[in-house]
Amino acid sequence: MRSWTWQHSFRSMALQFARSISKGMLSASKVNFERYFEPVFQPVSFELEAGQLLLVTGANGCGKTTLIRVLAGILHPTSGRIDIPARNMAYVGHYLALKDDLSVVENLRFMRDFIGTSQRDVESVIREVGLDRVKHNQARHLSAGQRKRCALARLLLSEADLWLLDEPYSNLDTEGVGLVDRLLLGHLEAGGSAVVATHGIHRPDWADTIDYVLVSGAAA
Amino acid sequence: MSVQPANASLSGAFFALVRRDLLLAFRRRTELLFPVIFLLVVVSLFPLGIGPSMELLARISPGVIWIAALLATVISLDALFRSDFEDGTLEQFVISGHPLTLIALAKILTHWLVAGLPIVLLSPLLAVWMNLPDGTMGVMVVTLVLGTPILSLIGSIGVGLTISLKRGGQLLSLLVFPLYVPILIIATAAVMAAADSLPYTQFLGLLVAGLVTSLTLAPFAAAAALKISLS
Repeated sequence: MRSWTWQHSFRSMALQFARSISKGMLSASKVNFERYFEPVFQPVSFELEAGQLLLVTGANGCGKTTLIRVLAGILHPTSGRIDIPARNMAYVGHYLALKDDLSVVENLRFMRDFIGTSQRDVESVIREVGLDRVKHNQARHLSAGQRKRCALARLLLSEADLWLLDEPYSNLDTEGVGLVDRLLLGHLEAGGSAVVATHGIHRPDWADTIDYVLVSGAAA
Repeated sequence: MSVQPANASLSGAFFALVRRDLLLAFRRRTELLFPVIFLLVVVSLFPLGIGPSMELLARISPGVIWIAALLATVISLDALFRSDFEDGTLEQFVISGHPLTLIALAKILTHWLVAGLPIVLLSPLLAVWMNLPDGTMGVMVVTLVLGTPILSLIGSIGVGLTISLKRGGQLLSLLVFPLYVPILIIATAAVMAAADSLPYTQFLGLLVAGLVTSLTLAPFAAAAALKISLS
């Protein structure tokens, strides 16, 4: 009887794991974050599955960046629970993690070696994001849009299941916005998922999207 | 909640980070040379200030060299994590799934290679310059080999705690100087004991113990401090 119980438990755990890796990517349950004892946003709950995009919108200061940072594990939620069955994740925030003294190639090569999981070639990723012409330029000489493209290239190198993007369309021209859409679409079609925080000027309408309007804790 | 990168190699990440930081250090030559020039300037000012008495110079030289080494280390400490914090690289390190302790250790190693090792290599020149007593140059070099990594290790905790503060550098000095005092006392005592032909190995033993202890604990404390600063 004891053996059966153990086997049963193991089987259910294995099933749960298999389900999680095939479907669920990220779930949040009543996630809250407080700064100086004031809630930054109202408790957040959602479930994100493979192939889905979670679009977080809201007014300036409602806590979009904070929520993304909480989901990324950079900040710890004050309460609530976050489950990330995804194998790994990549994050592009306001700060693009580029070293001004290194070239585009050197920046990306470092990230590929550091992450250690990517099979992708740095040169091909650079071509994909349209930085081939400036790949040997130091990051200090890149425009804001080019820097953003370089950060987006890191997403491709990471080969992560879950992308967390904070204002990915900022500083990009029309072609750059199209690039983000194309990268996102390709990622979702490949079975990945993404959380995108945006103030709502550009809204992708082609994805299986969950809309989440974040409400500021102070305003509620 | 942490996400582990599949097939990721910890040693690969460690050496990638060390390699990148060394490359950055050599690209930013001003930052690389500043502590060394500072060390040379401080040491060269002493003979000018106290006069050309060889006996007096020989007596104070261990303390002077060690204080200059300590100050040169402190002025280079702020760069240990600051650029990674300011440009968002530290956030990428956190979400990479690699232990922050390992990342802190790689950064500390690079800091020592860039700031501590040049001090060790220059110390024979400084010893001659300051008329260090015969037969003590070797002991001086050994104390610096053992002591400068401790300075980097202890300093990393202070940098981790102050990195998010605007004037963190000033607070950093206040935090780490009291912790550096035992190292300074033990190291100079070893050199002075050697100069007086007294046993000095017990002091070297204390420095080894300090190095092992700080190597064991400091990366964890620095990682915890970085997490606090990021939040």
